[in-house]
Amino acid sequence: MTTPLLSVRNLAVHFPVRSGVFGRMTGAVRAVDGVSFDIFPGETLGIVGESGCGKTTMGRAILRLVEPTAGSIHFDGVDFRALKGKALRAMRRHLQIIFQDPFSSLNPRLTVGTTIKEGLLVHRIAEGAAADQRVAQLLDEVGLQASYATRYPHEFSGGQRQRIGIARALAVEPKLIVCDEPVSALDVSVQAQVINLLQDLQKRRGLAYLFIAHDLSVVEHMANRVGVMYLGRFMELTSAEALYREPLMPYTQALLSAIPVPDPERKRNRIVLAGDPPSPAHPPAGCVFHPRCHHPSRDAACAAIVPPLEEKAPHHWCACLKQPPTIVPWGEQQRAGATHEPARHLPSAAMHSAGSLPESPAR
Amino acid sequence: MSTPDSARVLLSVENLRTWFHTRDGVARAVDGVSFDVRAGETLCVVGESGSGKSVTALSLLRLIDPPGRIEPGSRIAFEGRDLMTATEEEVRRLRGNRIAMVFQEPMSALNPVFTVGDQVAEVARIHDGASRRAAWDRAVEMLSLVGIPDPAARARQYPHEMSGGMRQRVLIAMALVMNPALLIADEPTTALDVTIQAQILELLTSVQERFGTAIILITHDLGVVAEAADRVLVMYGGQVVERAAVRDLFASPQHPYTQGLLRAMPRVGQGRDRLLTIPGTVPPPTAWPSGCRFRDRCPLAFDRCEREAPELTNVVASHAARCHVAGTPLPAAAASS
Ligand SMILES: Nc1ncnc2c1ncn2[C@@H]1O[C@H](COP(=O)(O)OP(=O)(O)OP(=O)(O)O)[C@@H](O)[C@H]1O
Ligand SMILES: Nc1ncnc2c1ncn2[C@@H]1O[C@H](COP(=O)(O)OP(=O)(O)O)[C@@H](O)[C@H]1O
Ligand code: SF4
Ligand code: SF4
Ligand SMILES: [Mg+2]
Ligand SMILES: [Mg+2]
Repeated sequence: MTTPLLSVRNLAVHFPVRSGVFGRMTGAVRAVDGVSFDIFPGETLGIVGESGCGKTTMGRAILRLVEPTAGSIHFDGVDFRALKGKALRAMRRHLQIIFQDPFSSLNPRLTVGTTIKEGLLVHRIAEGAAADQRVAQLLDEVGLQASYATRYPHEFSGGQRQRIGIARALAVEPKLIVCDEPVSALDVSVQAQVINLLQDLQKRRGLAYLFIAHDLSVVEHMANRVGVMYLGRFMELTSAEALYREPLMPYTQALLSAIPVPDPERKRNRIVLAGDPPSPAHPPAGCVFHPRCHHPSRDAACAAIVPPLEEKAPHHWCACLKQPPTIVPWGEQQRAGATHEPARHLPSAAMHSAGSLPESPAR
Repeated sequence: MSTPDSARVLLSVENLRTWFHTRDGVARAVDGVSFDVRAGETLCVVGESGSGKSVTALSLLRLIDPPGRIEPGSRIAFEGRDLMTATEEEVRRLRGNRIAMVFQEPMSALNPVFTVGDQVAEVARIHDGASRRAAWDRAVEMLSLVGIPDPAARARQYPHEMSGGMRQRVLIAMALVMNPALLIADEPTTALDVTIQAQILELLTSVQERFGTAIILITHDLGVVAEAADRVLVMYGGQVVERAAVRDLFASPQHPYTQGLLRAMPRVGQGRDRLLTIPGTVPPPTAWPSGCRFRDRCPLAFDRCEREAPELTNVVASHAARCHVAGTPLPAAAASS
């Protein structure tokens, strides 16, 4: 068993809500509310979830671009939250980020070459002519001409800017890159080019990715494992293959059923979720998903007990009281007003082209 | 949902050319687009950004400002009326009344200083001359119709107090006040989550079933096309490059661009295999390539494509493509970069 590259435990980021003339803290936006996961070297962990569920905040907290409220982050065995000053800067070299918006993430006044070179100089990786040569190599590696180094960001298309952002991240030879919706702003044809580039670089350099996206088909394509977030928490965490074959969490099922499929012959029934996700300033009690849940066994216990993220099948973690098995005893559920025993629910609406998937190995 | 060929033609567009006369040259954003919309159908317009979808939509409502111009020779006929020769006043009366539009960014299309109820009611007052009271009641009724919970209370809220999905519902409510014959929706779900997108698409379908509204749905997502369209226009370089019934388009895409788009999409259940891509990007509208506008990205391009611009030609009945070798499948591993 390899040791994880990144190990996150009970990570929380709460933003204070202030009001009144004295700006007293009157509450908190629980943007990230206790997430735990590992990322192994060379692996891609995908993160999906609706807008506002805390994906970006989590990604930034891991890099300490926003300071976590609680929890631990270990990188390469080192307690990342304990680092300060020089040691922190040195460690940051191994953790890079690529942003969603290729237009605002590059400094418009710096040439592409200067932008890419910055990390090389800060971390004393290369200087002078050697640095310029390195920039040329990096541009080539992301599929751009070396001569682009002297140009400015506005001269490039969205896809090209995203490649520049990737080159900038690669310059310092990171082990892990947080990719925050790197292809969401791109057209399909360009999106496919950037996805292929990210996969090639991963193979060549053994990079690990934390790959954030709201497009579930993109995540399935990129990720080995996927975490599904809702209101700052993980609701389900398992291999990409298991998640799409056998989504256990009712929320994941609804997300999957909502993906429009490019096949007019397949008219699926949808699980249409009512309403919007609740505000992370006022998360519902019990299971945070209960106001929108479609599980036939949902009952009063769901509004009272916080379901633990538990291993329902080997390496398949899910936070639902009603998908068996569960470690929450039936007696406890009954005391909370339960009327429906846990019963497996896997609606066909959540299934995609099940026929074309390879037979799942016996488990 | 599919409409018989004999269905009544509501809107007819012929050789629409909308050019922007800019300092960098003439941007031929829309350059010879022709299509019909039939009563009660959904026509999807799909293509990557910069292909001319939004400019086409705005042209239909004559909402093009200088340096843009709908070039002479363009024809737009709606319910038998020639919109190119109609007065500004006539066109204004049609807008929001017989033809309504919903835009991609729901926040910028709403006025932040008025309640959403007032904004919906305003449409009824302008077009219907309804009294304040009647207009407000109509607004609440419309908000309820588009599935806004507790509509009487929500009507008193301001746009910033609502989520993106909710604001999009408000815009759809505004568009539907006058029961238009044609609704033009420009990427109405692009800014929304898939779950909310599913709600909005379902809403559009149910509106269409109830009121027989024809819909032009602009999108860059072929998944949305497959779910919503009766017929499809694929646009590239300011032109229609393929036109087909939705089933035919997905069953046998004729144009190399359409084939490329379909292959570039990651699909659930497909695993982590390398995606096939279309090399390069959409060129700027001031510099379309000579001959076929897709040729610098086309894996099938040959010498004739540079010399001669292909026409939009029927391959089979009511399935047309703009390519010298329409129907030729892309080579298996081509177009990857
Ligand atoms: N600096 C901040 N102060 C207060 N609240 C914040 C701050 N940053 C983020 N939030 C809130 O935290 C929650 C999570 O935001 P975040 O940007 O992480 O979501 P996300 O999942 O990345 O969403 P999207 O898909 O829209 O990018 C949201 O409710 C957001 O409004
Ligand atoms: N006001 C304008 N001035 C100059 N060019 C414009 C203007 N509006 C649109 N264009 C250009 O017209 C082309 C088509 O635009 P658009 O219809 O918005 O594309 P789509 O909606 O398909 O993404 C684009 O290249 C765009 O830059
Ligand atoms: S715990 Fe209850 S409300 Fe939450 S997902 Fe499971 S069934 Fe639904
Ligand atoms: S005409 Fe030529 S370049 Fe254009 S799409 Fe057809 S094969 Fe490709
Ligand atoms: Mg985000
Ligand atoms: Mg547009």
